[in-house]
This record gives sequence, structure tokens and C-alpha cells, in this order.
Amino acid sequence: MIETVTRPHREHFVRWAAQRPEVLVLSADLTSSCEADGFRDTYPERFFSLGMAEQNMMGFAAGLAREGFFPYIHTFAVFVTRRPFDQVAMAIAYPNLPVRLVGFLPGLTTPGGVTHQAIDDVGLMRLIPNMTVLEAGDATEVTSVLDVAQAVDGPVYIRQLRGEVPRLFPAEAPMQLGRCRKLADGDDLCVVSSGICTEEALRATSALRAKGLGVRHLHVSTLKPFDDPAVLEAVAGVRLGVITMENHSVIGGLGAAVAELMAEHAVGRRLLRLGLKDTYAHGAGKAYLLREYGLDAAALVRAAETLAQTPLGIEDADLAAVRLGTLSAAEKTEDL
Amino acid sequence: MSQAAATASPAASAADSPASEVRRVADAVRRRVLDYTLKNNGGYLSQACSSAETLATLYLRVLRLGPSTAPLVPRPFAGVPGPDNPDAFTGADYNGPRAPALDRFIFSPVHYALVLYSLLIELGRLGPNGLDAFNQDGSTVELIGAEHSPGHEVTAGSLGQALSQAGGIALARRLKGETGRVWVFMSDGEFQEGQTWEAFAALAHHRIGNLGVYIDANAQQCDGAMADTMTIEPLAERLRAVGAEVHEVDGHDSDALAAAAEGFGGGDRPLAVIARTDPCRGVELMRERAPKLHYLRFKSDAERQAYQQLLAALSVEAPA
Repeated sequence: MIETVTRPHREHFVRWAAQRPEVLVLSADLTSSCEADGFRDTYPERFFSLGMAEQNMMGFAAGLAREGFFPYIHTFAVFVTRRPFDQVAMAIAYPNLPVRLVGFLPGLTTPGGVTHQAIDDVGLMRLIPNMTVLEAGDATEVTSVLDVAQAVDGPVYIRQLRGEVPRLFPAEAPMQLGRCRKLADGDDLCVVSSGICTEEALRATSALRAKGLGVRHLHVSTLKPFDDPAVLEAVAGVRLGVITMENHSVIGGLGAAVAELMAEHAVGRRLLRLGLKDTYAHGAGKAYLLREYGLDAAALVRAAETLAQTPLGIEDADLAAVRLGTLSAAEKTEDL
Repeated sequence: MSQAAATASPAASAADSPASEVRRVADAVRRRVLDYTLKNNGGYLSQACSSAETLATLYLRVLRLGPSTAPLVPRPFAGVPGPDNPDAFTGADYNGPRAPALDRFIFSPVHYALVLYSLLIELGRLGPNGLDAFNQDGSTVELIGAEHSPGHEVTAGSLGQALSQAGGIALARRLKGETGRVWVFMSDGEFQEGQTWEAFAALAHHRIGNLGVYIDANAQQCDGAMADTMTIEPLAERLRAVGAEVHEVDGHDSDALAAAAEGFGGGDRPLAVIARTDPCRGVELMRERAPKLHYLRFKSDAERQAYQQLLAALSVEAPA
């Protein structure tokens, strides 16, 4: 069975920050909700409550960063990327300041409704010059993303997970900047997934393989810069086409980045993008919403059928029966 | 037609005075929110404790509303608004029809949604089973309300955005020569957002005198006490300084809450009523959780049992 880690960020962040006195946390009234309460209680002199006032908080972060500190802003992804967009762009990104924007509740992972669902955050942050965009897909990445972010000379947006997080990748295989993970190889079609969609994709890819389809599967955690040669090689080398799968609008995120890459390199393959089809969502449970908006394993099967131009006869029961474990990395990440 | 008018009979005895009716409704709202907090194994209970009298006073004694034109059983979610979706709707019709002389109600802190739903049930605007779909997949009776939720007109879950929209509505109504007023219910935490102050500046600058705000000043927010998170005080002085007419009242005193709105609507200044409230009013049990009162999640079976017993006791005390 798949291992689930409870609140991996909360404890790890405290340990990680112990020897980094230059790391500060700024919070906007969602401290426990963003698992920054451990940091606050351990290092109260490095924790600053800025209240529900995100635009101002970005300016304070910029000022602190200009003085040599590394502010880690913790709030929900919508409140990092939508409300203070101009402040992020002008106060933080333009001067290339090392502010780390840690945004929680990506996409459809909240029942809080449209105001709490970050369906455009990756697109918004990719648009900003100097910004690096990272997304965690499992417990290993939730923790290792901090080292990746801290090594970047400039602002970083981290699309972060909270609560019960599955461990898909071995703890000793940390996230690496600009390196995707190749989870499976095959010559028929290529699935490129990010964030929580990778777990959903894994349920479908094993069922697809059982039907004789050769499925190549990449997990992407660096959404900007999007220049990993392994992605180009993977999408160019399959027979039927490419499917992207992301917990985000199909505009501006992973699917858009793959489309841009394929077009710029004249990769003449069909591309199907699974994600929110230029629509807002509404408040409901995660499983319900993933199904409603075509982001679950069944949606990936349907997309594969479209590319294969044939029904594959995979039922919901087949997908439900898939048992996932921590992947022993089909290919070692350092090989990619 | 108007509930405010219907309950303002001078011959009413103390037992059925407007204040006692507010008390009865507010107590029923607290019980229902407690009931659903137990059913959901968690909920925004302190918000019911602080705001029950304010919201009940608004609906029973301040707002000039027509009867609901919405179904007693809430409609399921009909999709997000857009050019290809003629079925999208708002929950404003629970507050009655639009008419030039009638008031409008804009509900801003939408995590208080269960309080509003419960109030609508007590007022007969929502059916007694109106909460069957609460927090269920595909329902409009959401945990955090949006504009399709009963009693809601704008999507306000990104806090501090509703007042500006209400300002636009009030300005439009003035341009159209309408006499109805616009009332906004806000939480005090929303006064941390800069946009709230930008809105008050614009209301004063444009002399918008048909918009009134009731503020549930419970001094609490998600991280704990507001004074420890980001203080907004002195709130009354700050609001006066930006040009509002300010009343600071006991938010559990219906007569004081209603008196603050008397005669409002013909002037050229916005009204701000600061309702100083107790986030544990009626549920003393909750005090031991202070200062973390924002969302009640039971820590143990024993704690849950204690709240269950409290609900049973409150239900016995309630008049039939």
C-alpha cells in the first residue's frame, strides 16, 4: 500500500530552518492551516503575523529580502497569486528578490469553493519574469522542495501540499530543479503529470499497460523554467501522442508549457490537455470535483482511448483495484 | 410585506416584543448551528454565537425585504456563470424580489454561511429541511457560501471584497433614484484588508448615504485573537476619521442594534455599526478553547459528548 505522511511540511520545515537563521516566515492569518504553526512556536522571533493583508505582506517580504533575509510567505495559493499579483510582480519579482511564496490548497484540493481554489496560480506565476515555479507532488517533494527553492537566486513560487500526503517517490530521491521524474517507459503515448494528478495518473497508467499500451509517464515538479531536455525527448519519441494532466486550468500551466515546447520544437504529435477547461469550479469534495472536471484516472483512460482511437475496455473497478506503492523509480532520477 | 414593519407593533407586550423575537430566533440559530457542527464533526460555531442577534436583528428589524421568491428546498448547483450557462443563479431571491423601495442585503464573511442558512430557516425563507444538502457534493448550501448559496448575492469568500461591490450597487441605486438601502454584514477581520479602507474612502468621497454596514466585532480570527494577529483598533475612531457615521453597540442587544439604523438612508454618509460581540455567547463550553475559536473541530469523543449534551439541554429549554 501507498504510504501516507501526515503533515510532512510542518515538522520538516522546523528542522530545516534550524540552521538557517536568515529564514523568516510571514503569515496572513492561516498559520496552522498552512502548517507554519510549528515554525511559529519554535522560532517566534522569526515569525511575523501580517494579518489578512496580503498586498502589504508582499511589500514587507520584499523589504526583508533586500536586507538579506529569506522570507517564506505561508498562505493559501489564491491569496499569494491573485490578490497581490501586482505587488508580487513589482516589489518582489522585478528586483529578483529571494522571497519564497509558499501557496497551499492547489486547484481542487479544497472544499472551500471558488474563492479558495487556485486554478490559475501556476499560469499567473509563470507569467512573471524572474519567477521560478515549483510544485510538490508527494511527501518527498513537499520536504525536498525547500532545498530546491532555497538554492534559487530570485523569487520562487511553491505550489505546496498539506495534511495527509502520499509518498510516491522514495525519500532518498529528492526533487531536483528542472528535472522531471520518468516513472514508466513505453513507445505508444506519453503522459506528463504534475502535483496530485500524478497519483491519479498512476492508477490509469498501470491499467493502460495491462491492456498492452506502451505508456511513458513523466512527473514534472519544475514548471518554470521548463527546459528539461528529458521532457522534449519523451514527448517527441512516442507514436500516438501526449496527454498532460494537471490540477489547474489547461491555460497557463503544465499543459500550456508542454504545448509551447512541442510547438517550438516542431514535435508533430497530438496533445490532449486534462485540466480545468477554462472554467471556474465550485465547493465540493476532491474526488467529486476531480471526476466532474475530468481530472481522475478515468479521464486519463478516456484520453488514451482518444489517442489510440479504440475503446480499451477499462472499467472503474479496474482503476479502483490498482494498488499503488512508493515507486522504486523506474529510472533513477540522476539518469534523466 | 416588510418584516421590519410587521414586527414593529407599538402594542406588542414585552413577551412578544421585537427584542424577544430576536432573542428567540437567535437562540434557535445557535442550536441549529451547534446541531450541524455536531453532524459534520466540526464547524464555524463561534461565528453563530457572536453574530446571531446581529443577523436576526437585521432581518427582523432593519432590512426592508419582500418575501422570499426562492424555493424552500435549495436548488442544486447549476454551473458557474458564463455566456453558455443560462441556468446560473444567485441566492439573493431568498431575500425577496428587487424593487426600488426595498433594501438589498450583501453578506460578506461567507464562512458564516451556516448562520445565515439557519436564520433563513427560522424566518421561513428556507424550508425546515433546507440544510439536508449542507456541505454535500453538488449542493449550493456550501460550507463557505458563494453567490449561488441561499441568501448570498456576491461571491465574497476572498474576504474584504464585498463592501466595494455593495458600494457599486449603492451608487447605482442612487443613480437610478431608488430609495431602498444597501446593507452589508461584515466581520471585523475584514478590516485588516486594505480594500475595506479603500471602500470606505470611496463611500465617503462619493457621499454614498444609502449604504450601511453591520460589523460582527468578535475580536477573533483564524490565528486566534485579533489583537495578537493584527490589530484593527481603534476601529470606531478610524471609521469616523474616514467619514462614516459610527455607532458602537453591544452586539447581543437587539434594541441597540436596531436603534443604530433608525432613520438611516437619506443622508450623505455611510453608516457603520460596530457590534461588539462575544464569540462564546450561549456556548460557554467553548471558552476553554480560547483563543482558537475560528473553527470548532472536536478533539475527543468526550468533548463531542459534552457539546451533544449542551445541545440537548438547549433544546429542552427552548419554547415549543
